[in-house]
Amino acid sequence: MASTIRVRATSSGDTTEVQALIQHPMDSGFVKDAKGEIIPPHFIQQLTFEHDGKSVFVANWGTAVSKDPYVKFSFKGGNKGDDLKISWVDNKGASDTTTAKIL
Amino acid sequence: MTITDNGFTATRRLVLQGAGLVILVGLGNIPLGVAPALAAANDKYPEDAFKQKGEADAIKSLYGKTAEPSDKVKLDAPEIAENGAVVPISLTTTLADVTSISFLVSENPNALAASYQIPPGTVPAVANRLKMAKTSNVIAIVEAGGKLYSATREVKVTVGGCGG
Repeated sequence: MASTIRVRATSSGDTTEVQALIQHPMDSGFVKDAKGEIIPPHFIQQLTFEHDGKSVFVANWGTAVSKDPYVKFSFKGGNKGDDLKISWVDNKGASDTTTAKIL
Repeated sequence: MTITDNGFTATRRLVLQGAGLVILVGLGNIPLGVAPALAAANDKYPEDAFKQKGEADAIKSLYGKTAEPSDKVKLDAPEIAENGAVVPISLTTTLADVTSISFLVSENPNALAASYQIPPGTVPAVANRLKMAKTSNVIAIVEAGGKLYSATREVKVTVGGCGG
């Protein structure tokens, strides 16, 4: 299966800008389906970005993060060609990991 | 944070903490700033904080202290969001030693929406997209140098993000 994580990490001098888009329903548990039954909560709880063995950004998410979440941040360091490891885990224990090259 | 599995050391520490507490109580009004930000400094998912209903309870559960408004926290959110399911919200700050950034939506069923850990070397700026049930204040909390700073913006929502 194709990765649920799409990442663009671009280095500009001393900082690396990271944009990530993840495919996930992020169901809040407050929405009902067409039959009037509540869709149980299903959302990413933690998303981690690692560079050079160290986490550079950790997102803890609740149900109020939009479907197919997007996040953008920057960190100092990181050179072109370096690996950036991204992984998430959701409230049902599912997870995904990918590694992106810094451009 | 260190964890010792040595029973003796742990007991000793407890006794010392007890003594410290007695001293604190004895002195009376000592500000609560002494308590470290346990949850935010931890790598664990702050499950309890996300379950709190109101923003004050969520902040207390997450950081164990209260925030003061600061003009050094720049919260960028639309004045009117046409679609509450996707509200772009971003934050930048000129504060130094930022360790975490959190976003709360007052009127959501659970106020805390997202909390980000900012390790040293990471720029204290985040952009993300949040759901909003209805028109509400969006509160951003920045933890810097062990203190909490906040910024608040009202976002008018024309279509809520929780309806089916």
